[in-house]
Amino acid sequence: MHTILGIPTQVLFGQLTLGLINGAFYALLSLGLAVIFGLLNIVNFSHGALYMMGAFAGYLLLNLLGVNYWGALVLGPVIVGAFGMVLERLMISRLYRLDPIYGLLLTFGLALIIQGLFRNAYGVSGLPYAAPPQLTGAVNLGFMVLPIYRGWVIVASLTVCLATWFTIERTSLGATLRAATENPVMVSAFGINVPRLVTLTYGFGVGLAALAGVLAAPIYSVNPNMGSDIIIVVFAVVVIGGMGSILGSVVTGFALGLCEGLTKVVYPQASATVIFVIMIAVLMVKPNGLFGRAA
Amino acid sequence: MVEAAAAPGAVAGAGTAAGLAVADLHAWYGESHVLHGMAFTVPKGEVVTLLGRNGAGKTTTLRAIMGVIGKRKGSVRFEGQETIRMPSRLIARAGIGYCPEERGIFASLSVEENLMLPPVVRPGGLSRETIFELFPNLKERLSSGGTKMSGGEQQMLAIARILRSGASLLLLDEPTEGLAPVIVQQIGRTIARLKASGYTVILVEQNFRFAATLADRHYVVEQGRVVDSFLNAELDANMDKLHAYLGV
Repeated sequence: MHTILGIPTQVLFGQLTLGLINGAFYALLSLGLAVIFGLLNIVNFSHGALYMMGAFAGYLLLNLLGVNYWGALVLGPVIVGAFGMVLERLMISRLYRLDPIYGLLLTFGLALIIQGLFRNAYGVSGLPYAAPPQLTGAVNLGFMVLPIYRGWVIVASLTVCLATWFTIERTSLGATLRAATENPVMVSAFGINVPRLVTLTYGFGVGLAALAGVLAAPIYSVNPNMGSDIIIVVFAVVVIGGMGSILGSVVTGFALGLCEGLTKVVYPQASATVIFVIMIAVLMVKPNGLFGRAA
Repeated sequence: MVEAAAAPGAVAGAGTAAGLAVADLHAWYGESHVLHGMAFTVPKGEVVTLLGRNGAGKTTTLRAIMGVIGKRKGSVRFEGQETIRMPSRLIARAGIGYCPEERGIFASLSVEENLMLPPVVRPGGLSRETIFELFPNLKERLSSGGTKMSGGEQQMLAIARILRSGASLLLLDEPTEGLAPVIVQQIGRTIARLKASGYTVILVEQNFRFAATLADRHYVVEQGRVVDSFLNAELDANMDKLHAYLGV
């Protein structure tokens, strides 16, 4: 058996793949948070609950309406994104003139309520959701065996993250979004409907979380607590990457997933805390995060 | 037109169907009451200046017309349409272009993106070709960051981008402030050309020698209201008065 630095390559690549999978979810979730924070200046604490709702949307679409995985991949984010837009219009939009702490409290409260409702209705044991037949099985890459579904999650997440980055940095819609982030009053004075842009942006960020939820459903079981489990790590990712940095959140998400995977090989006991250790180290050197602009 | 020159404020209610008519306009920044019944008219196709000392309320008047101020009351009729209750995006869509004193160039956007940001609100805006003909410097800087350019180039960009949108009334807040004489001349030529092609312009200026070369009429603003007005043709006769108003 081959080894690298005394570690069997099978084990090493296996853990790195798991790390990349986690990284794919960190990236999708922190990207949504970054997009929302950029324009709304709100730290969306309900992001984990909305990710969980995405997984449940997939589960319920299948079991109540017979919509398969591929349908859920589109409908889940649309439904949960629409729910997010209703939240934004009815509640979050009333807090823009106040201290950001109010937005944080509101979204945190919403997360608790949403989680509680789902826990009440579905328990905490987790519900099974099968991967679609097209993505079951594994391929032998020579140096390791890769389950097809896991490869798909990495590719899908990367594609969506890059498409989002491209849209924000390279299109006229993205330019409008960046301008509204910088100076919403001036953008309104050009005739652009900024409140609508804000609502759509929130819906999009929430849609990204829900997409991560649907992607996660076949890997982790569908569970009301899945959001609160991951969101703490995702916030650490966002802090490391720098609040509001689009590319930063994606790169940091994948990189930290890899760090976690690598730690599992080298020193498994530290794998749950390594991200927070990195966070402390980064904050000591760069208080605005790796990709953050000075406030 | 003559009566507007003769009696400031008195003609505000006349409600010119064309151009802009401001009447009894009040505006606040938070608790502080800044405009106290501004009244003036801007006939279509004219260049009108608001003159006055710092803090007289000139910039606030433009912000109040544009709806980008905390609270405003009174009447602002643009081409016969009351805009006082409209949000700023609908005022922009009615055909008013705003170039603020701080220029409002977006740092996170390239020159090209800054230029293309304002949506076309009405037909009749200038084409990109015409804009590059007016401001040749911009064409060479399209991919630069918006705020990486010189102050003069940023000012040209700030004017250029509202010409594309089809706005027929331009609010220009101190477009020559802090710029080199050669750039001031270029901006002067541009405004003259815009006037010739039918634009209506409200110009806030400290540099009234510059304003005198372009304007059709002047309004003097003091403590949030118009206290005097005269046609540019009568400027010489009013020079002493004007010096007293401006304290120069």
